[in-house]
Order: sequence, then structure tokens, then C-alpha cells
Amino acid sequence: MNATIDLIPALPEVIMAVVAMGLLMLGVFAKSDTTKPATIIVILTLVACVLVTWGLGGEKLSTFGGMFVLDGFAVFAKVMILVASAFTAAMSMNYLEKEKLGRFEYPVLIMFATLGMMMMVSANDFLSLYLGLELQSLSLYVLAAYHRDSARATEAGIKYFVLGALASGLLLYGVSLVYGFAGTTSFDGIAKLFGGEHAVHPHLGFIVGLVFILAGLSFKISAVPFHMWTPDVYEGAPTPVTSFFAVAPKIAALMLFTRVMVGPFGEMADQWRQVVAFIAIMSMFVGSFAAIVQTNIKRLMAYSSIGHVGFILVGIAAGTADGVQGVLIYLAIYLFMNIGAFAVILCMRQKGRLVEGIEDLAGLSKTHPLMATVMAILMFSMAGIPPLAGFWGKFYVFKAAVDQGLFALAVIGILTSVVSAYYYLRIIKIMYFDEVVETFDRLHGGAMTLVMGVSTAVVLLFTLVPGPLLVSAKAAAAVLFAQ
Amino acid sequence: MTDWPLLSLTTFLPLVGALFILAIRGEAQVVARNARNVALLTSVATFVVSLFILSGFDPASADFQLKESTTWLPGTAIAYTMGVDGISVWFVLLSTFLTPICILSSIGAVETRVKEYMISFLILETMMVGMFCALDMVLFYVFFEGVLIPMFIIIGVWGGQRRVYAAFKLFLYTLAGSVLMLIAMLAMYFDAHTTDIPTLMAHAFDGRMQLWLWLAFFASFAVKVPMWPVHTWLPDAHVEAPTAGSVILAGVLLKMGAYGFIRFSVPMFPIASEYFTPLIYTLSIVAVIYTSLVALVQDDMKKLIAYSSIAHMGYVTIGIFSMTTQGVEGAMYQMLSHGIVSGALFLCVGVVYDRMHTREIARYGGLVERMPKYAAVFMLMTMASVGLPGTSGFVGEFLVLLGVFQVNSWVAFFAATGLVLGACYALYLYRRVVFGKLTREDLKSIMDLSPREVAMFAPMIVLVIWMGVYPNTFLEPMHASVAKLIDNFELAKAAANGLSVAAR
Repeated sequence: MNATIDLIPALPEVIMAVVAMGLLMLGVFAKSDTTKPATIIVILTLVACVLVTWGLGGEKLSTFGGMFVLDGFAVFAKVMILVASAFTAAMSMNYLEKEKLGRFEYPVLIMFATLGMMMMVSANDFLSLYLGLELQSLSLYVLAAYHRDSARATEAGIKYFVLGALASGLLLYGVSLVYGFAGTTSFDGIAKLFGGEHAVHPHLGFIVGLVFILAGLSFKISAVPFHMWTPDVYEGAPTPVTSFFAVAPKIAALMLFTRVMVGPFGEMADQWRQVVAFIAIMSMFVGSFAAIVQTNIKRLMAYSSIGHVGFILVGIAAGTADGVQGVLIYLAIYLFMNIGAFAVILCMRQKGRLVEGIEDLAGLSKTHPLMATVMAILMFSMAGIPPLAGFWGKFYVFKAAVDQGLFALAVIGILTSVVSAYYYLRIIKIMYFDEVVETFDRLHGGAMTLVMGVSTAVVLLFTLVPGPLLVSAKAAAAVLFAQ
Repeated sequence: MTDWPLLSLTTFLPLVGALFILAIRGEAQVVARNARNVALLTSVATFVVSLFILSGFDPASADFQLKESTTWLPGTAIAYTMGVDGISVWFVLLSTFLTPICILSSIGAVETRVKEYMISFLILETMMVGMFCALDMVLFYVFFEGVLIPMFIIIGVWGGQRRVYAAFKLFLYTLAGSVLMLIAMLAMYFDAHTTDIPTLMAHAFDGRMQLWLWLAFFASFAVKVPMWPVHTWLPDAHVEAPTAGSVILAGVLLKMGAYGFIRFSVPMFPIASEYFTPLIYTLSIVAVIYTSLVALVQDDMKKLIAYSSIAHMGYVTIGIFSMTTQGVEGAMYQMLSHGIVSGALFLCVGVVYDRMHTREIARYGGLVERMPKYAAVFMLMTMASVGLPGTSGFVGEFLVLLGVFQVNSWVAFFAATGLVLGACYALYLYRRVVFGKLTREDLKSIMDLSPREVAMFAPMIVLVIWMGVYPNTFLEPMHASVAKLIDNFELAKAAANGLSVAAR
């Protein structure tokens, strides 16, 4: 072993940390407001990191004494996270300017949160996992309350912080139990302990620890019954922050969830499968039924994301390489669907004021036909109607579930997806079948158009060119099962 | 011409037209006119291309022809495979035949958002044709479900008073049925390790598994057909849909369910099909008699025709599950005939609706005085719907009854009562609308068919009579495929019986 630490595997993280700290300095010492240049620098850095991460991909690299790994799985996750963060950072520029919320901390916080997520998906030890998770969470708490003069936003921030801290506590307690009974916090170590020739039967205390970890992670992915914070935080936080919450942290936490479940706890699939299946079913139910009565589009998106997490958990419950592949495909498609939908939500302005009611979309197809088309395509896709991309996400997770004989889970899941189709259709109905009440302001800058265009193109064209995503997702999933 | 990917061309040509329409910019008037022209041109071109399919089709062979295959989803056996046999080729033609007529019929009827309307119709055509050509189960599913998107928009945007309710009902009903089929398809994939439809037809699924798979597929197809008691979405959808939407709905979408039975349920799950045949018979007979009676008391023209469609589709399901040559070919024929006849009937309603803006039967009467041409067309189509010899409707119904009589004479008896009831409601409708005295003031200035409307009805009239007088043109290409279907069914049945005898 080298005395010097090999920093190459963590190169994107190092770049991001350095740039973020540099921007902090710049913000403190610069005479004028640096929000806009800082945001642009953040976006460029994120894009550069995508390339660096891509360049590093391939071989499995590990550093910091095996606590940090960069394998195909991590690369796949990191690219998704970086893309999502870059998109949301781009989408918030316009908002910050219009709402006069521009402060240089905003892009820096996004950068630190993203850094935390990168750490999470590369974690190969419960300690580095916790480190990444907390860096991400603390940045997100601040971001939720970023609009500090708004009572709703501060309430959201506090709520998120208190519940988030509790969840972190649960997680940490679970980790300490696992350490107590297994004697190691390393993922490889735990996997070795319970797998292979000299496998030990896990002690009950270890299982309890596993359940605590599951609970803590379920909070981060807002799976039922740990979802209570989601609608309030989504509604209260400034909309660009909500769009950030909805995608990048969800991807990071779900990727982490997957790695933890099939990595160190892979041999205990029988123990956690029923728990995961249960929270999957609950999430799908709550996500589809509770969303029906919502009138605020951000709350609706919150329940929608809970439902999507439920579907993704179906793939994890399968616990096979196929299931993980389904999870990756679903997440990649989810990224584009959500980013696009939030781009539309961010354009919902009447007389310079941001509106959030679903009814405010009435007659959008007449006033802004293109925007309505984008939203309709995304909603059909979220409902899982082929030939749009959203269908394939569901197809692959349910395929894995059926392969494992989880018919009940698959049937319940697919029926709740019909229920959820109702509220997605409701949005389309309001946009297309209802009459105009008040029109939205004219658009909104090139960034929004770009985001909408890219996400719609991905959702539309995926069926025609599914190859690249399917192949890379398969390769990334295979990494976790290589040992 | 043979090495062209004809099926893909037919499938995706409308989509190209839709892209062109999307690019049309300018004043509302100009956009509407251009959109109509492009749509009409595209759909006619598609029909012409689809005729090449027929000319390249070898009626003597029972195999899938004009096959195309490309890899699609890497890492799985799921591929983009297209092909037609003697059964599906007719549905492809039916779809491409009806779409230009629909587009023609909506000139004048649809004045708002013409561009979006035409795009929706062309996308719908792509989905329909693709579905009938698909030789891969997953590809089939993609097209099968994809139909819902344009249909939802068409009913919801251009529909009548309760269009939102109707659009949601159509969408959620059919979606709830189809998703179960998706799970069944996945289960089949893991059993047979392929999604290739011809291979799956040769794969023998375990008997118990067949029952479950059959039920899951039934959930989807029965809603689509629709069979009693899951038919309630259809009258709503028909009443609220714009005329062209009703034509496509009755003409093609209803056939998707029955096509599914022929393509999946019967050949892939023969044991289960045999087992559930009494269920199908019962539901179909209930549909034939009950919906005919319901049709008798309707006072909305479209609703009446919608209920008659359910009754006619009851014949189709009886014919398919009779599993005799006459029965299956009769079911096929009935579908083609019904596609044209009910489409024409909905157009007839549309013609007077465009003039009077009401579909209430009581608001009409004595139309023959002002509209002799219309009365003649309506008469012919009513007779075809009743099943008068010499029209297409007779051949289908007669063959179905002939087929099922060999298997179960009681079923044939009850189904035949539907013929009588059919004559009742259809003639009653015709009498109330066309005959009698022209008393209403507003009807006294009603205009007869315009040249555009004549152009729209002319090909349908020709086909209805052609199909009634010389059915062999249409039956001959089916023979080989239907014979293969029945042979394989009998073989599987014999094998299963032999197995159970051996087990004893």
C-alpha cells in the first residue's frame, strides 16, 4: 500500500470541492453580486466533471483505504447526478433573478450537495456513506429554507432538518449495531463475512441494525412510511430547489440504497426483501391515491415522486442484476421526465408571479401550445404509457419482479400505476380540455426551452434508440454482482 | 418492390406526415387547410402503400410474410419484428382504408385546432397499423397501448358535452385491462425465453399456467372488444367522440380485442381457450341479446349504433371460439364488414349531426324528402348491418352461425335471435329518421350529400356490395392461415387429452 493517497478515483470530487471553496472566497471578497457568474461556473464545473467521471470509468478503482470506490455503477450514478444538478442549476438562474433571491451561496450549496451525493454513491464503507449523506443533507436543509423571508420556506427547512436529523440518527444507530455484531463497517468486509465458504449466520442484532439502516435510507428516498416530509418540503421550498430535491438527491439515495442492499447485505436478501416489498407497495399506494386530491402541482409532484420510488423499489426487491438494471433505467428516465416537468412548472408565471395551482394550467394548450405538448408528453410518460420512455422504466422493474416470481408485487404495482395514470391524465385534461382562465407570461429564457426540449426528446426518442442506455445500465448493474 | 420494408413503411408513413403538419406555420386558416391536405395526402399514400402489401402477399401460404426484423432492446430477446399473415393483413388494410375516410369526414366538422387533430389521427394510424403488423409481443403491447394516447386526446378535445368523462373512462378501463396482460407477457417471456409471436405459438405452456395467462389476456381483450359486462365505456366513448373518432373506434379499435384473441389467446393457450369457451359463449350471447334490447330503446342515434356494435362483436367472439373453419372465417369477415358498415353508419349520423347539431332521433323524420341520396346510403348500410343477403353483413353472420351450429346448436339458436333483434332496432332507427312526414321547420332546408360526402361514402358502398356478392376475394387469403390456426388448436387439444389419458 502506498503512503500517499491516490486521489485519481476521487478526481471529480476534488475538483468540485476546490471550485466550491473558491467560489465561496469569490463571493465573500467580490464587490458586486456574483450569483450569476458563480452559477455559470458551477454548471461548467458539473459538465466538466461528467467528462472526467466518464473518462475515469471502466476499471474498478478504490482509494482511501477501500472506503471510496469508483466502479461502473458509481460512474453511472454520478453522471446522472451531475446532469441533474447541472440542469437544475441552469433552471434556477432565471428564477433567482426574477424573484430577486440571488445570493452567491445558492450555487455553492448546490455544488456541495452534489459533492455529497457523489460521495454517497461511491461509498464503500458505512462511515464514508454517512459522511457523504450528511454533506448532502446539510446543504439541502439550507437550500430548503433558502428563501428566508418566506414563512413557508423556513417551515419546510425546519421540518426537513428535524426529520432528516432523526433519520440520520436511525441510520447511525443501525450502523453502530452492524459494527457491533459484524466487527466491520466496510461493505466488502460485511459481504465477505456472510457470503462465500465461511459464511456466518447473521445474528439477530445484526438484522435489527439492517432494519434501522433501511429505515434511515427510506427516509432519504421518501418511501412510505417515512415520506411525511416530502409534500411539505416540496411545496414550501422555492421551486428550483424543489426541482433539485426531486431528482439528484433521489437518484443518489436510491443508488446508495441499491448498493447497500445488494452489496454488503446481498446475502441477506431473504431478510430484507419483504421489508423492501412492503415499503414499495405502501409507496405505490400512497403515491397514487394521495396524489388524486392534490391541487398544488408541487405537492402533486411530491406524491408522484413517492409513487415512482415505489416502482423503483420493486426493482430493488427483485434483488437481481436484472432488477438493478431496471432501477438504473428507471432512474435515468425519471431524471429527464422530472426535470422537464419542473421546467414547465417554473414557467408557470402570471403577471410576473409564480403560480402553483394545477387549475392554473387551464387551457395551456391554447395559450402556450408547445409547453402544453411538452407537459402532456411528460405526463403520459410518467403514467407509463408506451411508446414513451416512462413505460420502459416500469417494464424493466416489473420484468425483474416477475422473473423472481414476485407476482403479487407486480400485479399490485401495475394496478396502482393505473390509478396514478388518473392524476397525470387530469393535468392533461386541464391543459387540453378546459378553457383558458388566465394566461401565463411569455417565456422565460433559453435555458428553460433547452431543458424542456432535451427532456422531451429523450422521452420521445428512447423507444427508437433504447440501446445505449440499456447496455450501459446492464454493465453498471453487473458490476455490483461481479464478486 | 418486394425488398422494401413495406410494413414499416405503412406503419411509419403517417408519422412522417404528422411531422410535416407539425412544421406548418402561418395564419390559422392557412394552417388548417394545409394540415387537412397533408393529412389526406399522407393517409391516401399510406393506403396505396398498403395495397402493395396485399399484392406482395402469397395467399397460399399460412406463414407470416413480408417479415422484417431488427434488434431493438439489447440484452433481451425482444426485437422489432414485423410480419403479416392472412389474418392480420386484412386489419392493416382496414385501418389504412378507414383513416383517409375519417380525415375526409372531419373537413367541415372539425374547425378548431385542426392541426392537432390531424396529427392525432396520423399518430393513431401509425399505432393501429403497427399493432396489426407486430410479430413481437412487446412491440405489439407498445402499439396496443399507444393507441390510447391519441384516442384520449381526440375524444377529450373535440368531443361532445361529457367528453372528459368519456375520455377518462375509455383510458382507464382499457389501461386497467392491458396492464394485467403486460404481467402475463412477462411471465410468458420467462417461460419461453422469447417474445417472438410465431415461436410462442409453437411453445406449449403448462396447463395451469395457461389458465392464468388466458385470464390476464382476457382482461385486456374483453375490455377492448368489448364484451358484456365490461362494455360500458363504449357507448360513452362513442357518443362523446367526434364522428371520425367514432368511425375509428368502431372500425378498428374494437377489432384489436378480437384480433388479440385470434393472435394470442387461441393459438398460445389452446387448453385454456377450450376450458373457457363456455364463458365466452355465455358472455357473447348475453351481449348479443341484451345490447340489442338496449339498442332498441335508445333515443340517441350514436348510442344506438354503439350498442349494435357490441352485439355484432358478440358474433365475432362466438365465431372465434367455435374453432371451426366457418366460425373463425365468419368472425374475421364479420369484423371487416362491421368495420366498414358501422363506420359508415357513424358517418351517416355525422352527416346529419353536422347540419342539425343533434343526434336525438326524435328531432329527425322524413329526411328522405330532402335527402334522397342520403336516404339511399343510409338504407344500404342499415341493411348491411341487419345482414341482408347481398351485403357484407350477411356473409359474416351466416358463416359464424354455420360454424357454431356444428359445435353447439343452442349457442347458434340464441345468437340467431340477435339477428331478429338487430333487424328490429336498425329498421326502427331508419324508419324514425328517414321515413315519415317532414314536419320540423328546420329540417325543411336541410341539404343532401355534398360531393365530399359522396366521395367519402362511395368506396364504402362499393366494398359493402363487393363483400356481399363475391366474398371469395376476401376469404381466400384467409384460408391457409385460419386452417393452420385450427389445426394447431386441434393438435394441442389432442396432445393435452392424450397426456391426461396417459396420466390415468
